[in-house]
Amino acid sequence: MAEKTKPNAKSVARKSAAKKSTAAATRAAAKGTKPSGPNGRDTLRDVEQLLYRQAECLDGKRWQDFIELFTEDGTYWMPAEPEQTTGDGVPSIFWEDRNLMTVRLKRLTHPRAWSQKTAWGTNHVIGNVTIEKEDARTGDLVVRSRFHMMEFRNDTTRHFAGSYIHHLKKTKAGHRIKLQRVDMVNAEGPYEYVLQAWV
Amino acid sequence: MGVDIGLDLHKAVEPDRVHRSVYSDPGIFELEMERIFNKVWTYVGHESQVPTVGDYWTVQIGRQPMIMVRHSDRSVRVLYNRCPHRGAMLYGDRCGNVGKGIICSYHSWQFDTDGSCKAIPLDKGYQGTRLTPGDANCNVKTAARVHSYRGFVFASLAADGPSLLEWLGPAKVAFDDMCDRAPEGEVEVVPTCFRVIQQSNWKIFLENQLDALHPAVTHESTGRAAGEVEEAIQKKGGSAPLSYHFLSAFATPISKWDAFQTIGYRHGHCILTGYMGLRPRDPDTVAYEKVMEKAYGKKRMEEILGVNIHHVLLYPGLSVQSPLQQLRAVRPLGVDKTLTEIWHFRLKGAPEAIYRRALGYYNLVNSPSTMVNADDLWNFWKIHKGLESQGGDWVSFHRNAGQDLEDNDATTSVIGTSEQPMRNQFKAWTQYMNGAN
Repeated sequence: MAEKTKPNAKSVARKSAAKKSTAAATRAAAKGTKPSGPNGRDTLRDVEQLLYRQAECLDGKRWQDFIELFTEDGTYWMPAEPEQTTGDGVPSIFWEDRNLMTVRLKRLTHPRAWSQKTAWGTNHVIGNVTIEKEDARTGDLVVRSRFHMMEFRNDTTRHFAGSYIHHLKKTKAGHRIKLQRVDMVNAEGPYEYVLQAWV
Repeated sequence: MGVDIGLDLHKAVEPDRVHRSVYSDPGIFELEMERIFNKVWTYVGHESQVPTVGDYWTVQIGRQPMIMVRHSDRSVRVLYNRCPHRGAMLYGDRCGNVGKGIICSYHSWQFDTDGSCKAIPLDKGYQGTRLTPGDANCNVKTAARVHSYRGFVFASLAADGPSLLEWLGPAKVAFDDMCDRAPEGEVEVVPTCFRVIQQSNWKIFLENQLDALHPAVTHESTGRAAGEVEEAIQKKGGSAPLSYHFLSAFATPISKWDAFQTIGYRHGHCILTGYMGLRPRDPDTVAYEKVMEKAYGKKRMEEILGVNIHHVLLYPGLSVQSPLQQLRAVRPLGVDKTLTEIWHFRLKGAPEAIYRRALGYYNLVNSPSTMVNADDLWNFWKIHKGLESQGGDWVSFHRNAGQDLEDNDATTSVIGTSEQPMRNQFKAWTQYMNGAN
């Protein structure tokens, strides 16, 4: 499902719709036939490549490239709690539009961002990529995946893992991220130090 | 080699400097737990965290695991999280509802939410033994004292000592300033708690909270980054949300921070003045002022919104940002490890926009993705490591020493960047460690 909501008639309907479209996409992929969407037969592969590219931007600290994967009105969201259905008006770990992402970029690259002085790096592995929903008219997609990120910073290793839900908008330049939801299984745990960059 | 002072506390603290061992010596940390944290009033939570009878939150006082629970008479009780039978913690999770009662998962001893024992299974087994089911030894131990002020619940593990109000003294303004800003005069918790661990001694965090000398240095990168984007948004004809100002204000030059003041009170409490620009003439603020005026009248509204506070520090365990309705509770985990629990509150009766404005600060400054504390925590770790070293023995608090203005129970700094708050904290520290309440 794209959104985590308490079960009610509406969300059940949404779930079954999502299931149907996933099943259709999977069937199409298995047969090697062109699915009935505007994205072509290699949609899943294209989407995977996009997710891998995004992970490479983070691991390579190419922050501007990361931001540009988002639409102009795109949002990066890490909920504070898994039950949340929107970051609007509730506490979030991240709830950033491109302007706030740019603040983060400028801070990360500032010569006196003191905590950047110690060597650090991350390694993302993305898997379990599933197309949850494909809009037959616009080509917009909802994609679910799982990630595992290992961070090494200041001689300490930390692990973060969870799921991504990418709401992708089809543009002339390919798909761009309208909303990325990041649910970490350890989101609600105590943080030994903080998260300086997107996960 | 530095001077080895061992545990001689009289030699550790001087009026304008302290020995590094008070931060790094595990023996002194143990004494702090006993002489400070087991005695003072510790913030355990807000009443709105446990709205329904049986609701509980687990919490730490000093290093004691405790339970804050709503009793059937609607009062909030604080119990040791320990079964009197074989000592197991009663709750291992963070919060929930006790349901029909507190039941130990080990042998099913059952308790009411005031700690009294309701049932011991197969209690025939105690016939003729030194344990009598029903006597006080079968009850869950309770915190010696529990008291709340304007919905904020505190507990003390010591039977004696000043009352909560005496202990808070003028620093109770932390809660008055926060609650008065609500048209209904009270706040309710936003039920998300961010928890961030600092690899440093608890005192390093407290000293940093009212240190007006550090933001322009430590947070320059974030302040400038936010300022640049804020400006770019305005150039495009947009208006940047106040959150950008919250961040860009961190780059305010040191000279401006000097215009603020710190005021120290008994027991180490202290406030930093300095309004955070929360009264712009935007429609949200104007709408809020209308609601406030209706609730309080114009004169009282002006008084309330004119309170000039940046931070209130309640030594040794709480840092309150009343104008933004957030607080950080300090839970020492060890001599070099400190947990902060960070909460946000909603002003009851205030427009949604005012809550959202403060939420911006909670997300950007106080969440685990904070661009501000990222550099503080890095400093704290480096400070702690430096203080473990033998590169020097003393920590300097000489800045504007001897110039503090003494007035009854308050000590006011001559300038905002004075090290008066740290001197005031160590005055209280010394009194506690020497056995005073």
